[in-house]
Amino acid sequence: MKKYLQITVLFIIFGIVVLLRQLRGSEEQNRVVGNSTMPNSSLPPGQQTNISYKDGTYTGDVTDAYYGNVQVQVAIVNGKISDVIFLQYPNDARTSQVINAQAMPLLKSEAIQAQSANVDIVSGASQTSQAFQQSLASALKKAS
Amino acid sequence: MTKSAVIMGMPVRITIVDEGNINEAIAHVFSYFRHIDKTFSTYKNSSVISKINNGLLSQKNVSKEVAQVLARCEQTKRETGGFFNAWKNGKLDPSGLVKGYAIYHGAQMLHKFGFKNFAVEIAGDVQVFGTNEEKKPWRIGIQNPFKVNENVKIVAVIDKGIATSGTYVQGRHIYDPVHKIAADEIASMTVIADNVYDADRFATAAFAMGEKGIAFIQKLSGYEGYMIKKDKKAVYTDGFEKFVV
Repeated sequence: MKKYLQITVLFIIFGIVVLLRQLRGSEEQNRVVGNSTMPNSSLPPGQQTNISYKDGTYTGDVTDAYYGNVQVQVAIVNGKISDVIFLQYPNDARTSQVINAQAMPLLKSEAIQAQSANVDIVSGASQTSQAFQQSLASALKKAS
Repeated sequence: MTKSAVIMGMPVRITIVDEGNINEAIAHVFSYFRHIDKTFSTYKNSSVISKINNGLLSQKNVSKEVAQVLARCEQTKRETGGFFNAWKNGKLDPSGLVKGYAIYHGAQMLHKFGFKNFAVEIAGDVQVFGTNEEKKPWRIGIQNPFKVNENVKIVAVIDKGIATSGTYVQGRHIYDPVHKIAADEIASMTVIADNVYDADRFATAAFAMGEKGIAFIQKLSGYEGYMIKKDKKAVYTDGFEKFVV
C-alpha cells in the first residue's frame, strides 16, 4: 500500500509540474527535483483550460513519501493554478534529491527468511563489529 | 584450496580454485594485507593514519598509496552527498573503504599470478572471480543481522564484489556525518557491484543514509542492494533478484 501511495504522490507532483510547464509554454530546462519553489512567473494569456478553481492559496497534506515528507502549496489565480510551492521536500542531502524521482517505485520488499542451502562465503558485518576489533586489538596488544 | 588468517584485526580467507603456485600467491597477498594494516590501522599508533591524527605527519607528505585512498575518500564523500565521510571529530578514519580497497588489490595480485577462479574475503566483504570449485557461480550468503549463524538470502555471482555494512548485535555504529548521529535506522546494507572496492564504499554510505540508502543504491548504475531493516523486513533493488539462488 505504501508503495502505491509513493507512486501516487510522485505522479501527482510531476503531473502538476508538467501541467504548469505546459501552461506556461516554458522552455526552461531546470530540473524539477532540487528546486524548492517554482518560479513566480504568471500564466501566459490565451492558455485556457476547462477546469476552474476557487482563487486562493491551498496547502496540501504532509505526505510521507518514504524518503521524507512532501507538502505542497498551490496558488489559484483567476480560477487557474498560478504557482506550486513545495513547503516540505526532502532535501537534506544532494543525493536524496537525485534519488527520489526514479528510484523509489522500483524497490521491492519482503520479510527476511532463513536459508539453509550451502554457501561458499558469507557476507555480513558481524566480523567488523567494534566489539570484535577492540577485543582483538587488546588481545594483540597483550600478545605483542 | 582455502587459506585463512587473522589480519587487520579481522578474519581473512582466500580460496583459489585453479592449479598453480597457490602458496606463494596467498602468502604474497597476506603480506600485502599486513602492510595495509600497518599503514591504515586506526588502532596502531605507528600507522600513517595515526600519525596524521596525532599531528606527526602532514597529509601532503604521504605515499602515493595513502594519497590515493584519501583522494578516494574525498571522491566518495562528494558522490554520496556527504554520507561517506572519513573525517569525524577532526580525526581521519578511512576504514569505510580501506577493506574494499585491500580486497580489490589483493585480487588483482592473484590475477597477476595467473589465477582466474578465486575468492578473496576480509570479514564478510568479498571479491570473486570466475567460478567456484564446482565450476558454478560463487554462492554468497547474506548474513542475518539478528542471528549471525544464519543466512537470509543466497546469491550466485561471477566476477563480482559484495560488501555488507551494518550494526550487528554488539555492533559498530556507523556514523551519519550529515546529521552527526549514529546511523542505526537499519540493520544491514549489502551491495553487489563489479568490484568490492566500490561495493564497500557505497555500502558504508548507503548504510549511513538509513532507510533512504537502498534508493541511493537503486539509482547507481551497475549496483544492486539488499537492505535489512530493524523490523526484519528487507527492501531490495529491482535488479537484485537476478542473483538470487
